[in-house]
Amino acid sequence: MSERKIRVMVAKPGLDGHDRGARVLARCFRDAGFEVIYTGCHQTPEQCASAAIQEDVDMLGLSCLSGAHRYLFPQVAKLLKEQGADDIVLVGGGIIPDQDFQPLYDAGFKAIFTPGTPLDTIVDWIKTNVKPRS
Amino acid sequence: MVELGKKVMAGDVRSASRLIRNIEDNLPGAKQEIRKIFPYTGKAHVVGLTGPPGAGKSTLTDELIRCFRRKGKTVGVLAVDPSSPFTGGAILGDRIRMQRHAEDPGVFVRSLATRGTMGGLSKAAGDAIHVMDAMGKDIVMVETVGIGQQEVEIIHHAHTVLVVLVPGMGDEIQAIKAGVMEIGDIFVINKAHREGAGKLFKEITAMLDMGPREPGAWRPPIVMVESVAEPHEFERCVDELSDKIEAHYQYLVNTNQLGDRQRRRSLAEINAAVRDAILETVLRRLVADGELDRMVEKALNKESDPYTLAEQVAERYLGGSKASMPVAE
Ligand SMILES: Nc1nc2c(ncn2[C@@H]2O[C@H](COP(=O)(O)OP(=O)(O)O)[C@@H](O)[C@H]2O)c(=O)[nH]1
Ligand SMILES: [Mg+2]
Repeated sequence: MSERKIRVMVAKPGLDGHDRGARVLARCFRDAGFEVIYTGCHQTPEQCASAAIQEDVDMLGLSCLSGAHRYLFPQVAKLLKEQGADDIVLVGGGIIPDQDFQPLYDAGFKAIFTPGTPLDTIVDWIKTNVKPRS
Repeated sequence: MVELGKKVMAGDVRSASRLIRNIEDNLPGAKQEIRKIFPYTGKAHVVGLTGPPGAGKSTLTDELIRCFRRKGKTVGVLAVDPSSPFTGGAILGDRIRMQRHAEDPGVFVRSLATRGTMGGLSKAAGDAIHVMDAMGKDIVMVETVGIGQQEVEIIHHAHTVLVVLVPGMGDEIQAIKAGVMEIGDIFVINKAHREGAGKLFKEITAMLDMGPREPGAWRPPIVMVESVAEPHEFERCVDELSDKIEAHYQYLVNTNQLGDRQRRRSLAEINAAVRDAILETVLRRLVADGELDRMVEKALNKESDPYTLAEQVAERYLGGSKASMPVAE
């Protein structure tokens, strides 16, 4: 009898050290029944990608408040692809201006959540769009 | 799930993590892949770390990774955290302390949620160790949940068990002593700059003095580890700890006790596997022919009781105690 669980990772690439939001999100994901790996702040794109692969997550959520998402987020997407792990659903969060959405979608991101998005909305999106892989 | 086992043995991280996942999720076919890698396991030195939450197990693990890597060894880490009994979700946070090794191809860190298993490990832990072993990791470190006295499951899996303690836990130590203290091959007094470190040292020493002493037997050393705030001292202490870990393995090899530990592990694994195999088969049949429902009715009406019902099931499906086992020619 199989017992599937959704596994997600929340990572903060870049230099900003404000991880209160990421921690709130991690708790909310746990309460939704997901297994959440939290990697902390100041992650390089390489660390984000290799941790996601080592943990076999179904979704990787990147959060960045410093504005460096333009470079860092696509970089993670590229690294995952290089390692054959582009089936991991990529989601971005943080202070991201509207004009940056399309380039991120083009880079492979499936959703972007900006501050103020209700947590329920994010959880519902995950439940609909992220499935445990087999 | 094509040939995961083969890829695991070639050292492929993605396949290894996937196979561990399939075991955790109890996917059909996962056991078959473990079967394939099993003959190639048994080479890794499995090191368990247990002790109360916040004692510094993850921080120590991170530093031990550095030591073992410097000695040219490859390292696997399994870090277990509890699942919420209410939602089934879990926050797996041990990895935060080890992220500096994320890009090192010689290090593979995998978090596991307990998913309701008691004893400080997850049910998948044993097979996850096999996977890392088959990948060729020289050392596999297993960090247990760390809730307290019931953390003894680790002795079924580890060759060397570290019990990590911190000064100033007050009476807590009394409770922990009862269960976990007996399983330690090495004791670590972490954050040894704190008040009470000397007292804790004396307490552990007194406890070890009470234990049986055969000549030549391993006397668990007590390693004091200074604060991480003093990086040089901290590094030196953990270097010493890593030497002790290796010395313990050497001791097991030299005294032919490594085999005893492997035997203990195999026995625990077979116990669990037999229970699973029989339970799954029997329960599936009981559900399929509606027998389980009828049994519940009988217990509810007090026509029978759970023990009698269980005995009847055993009799029927396993031939009971009187039935003779087929003997091999
Ligand atoms: N002061 C001090 N803090 C430490 C030391 N080792 C770990 N910590 C801190 O203790 C906390 C818990 O450490 P962690 O390794 O996660 O403990 P675990 O729950 O046993 O895995 C963290 O905030 C660490 O930074 C130490 O030697 N000295
Ligand atoms: Mg920990």
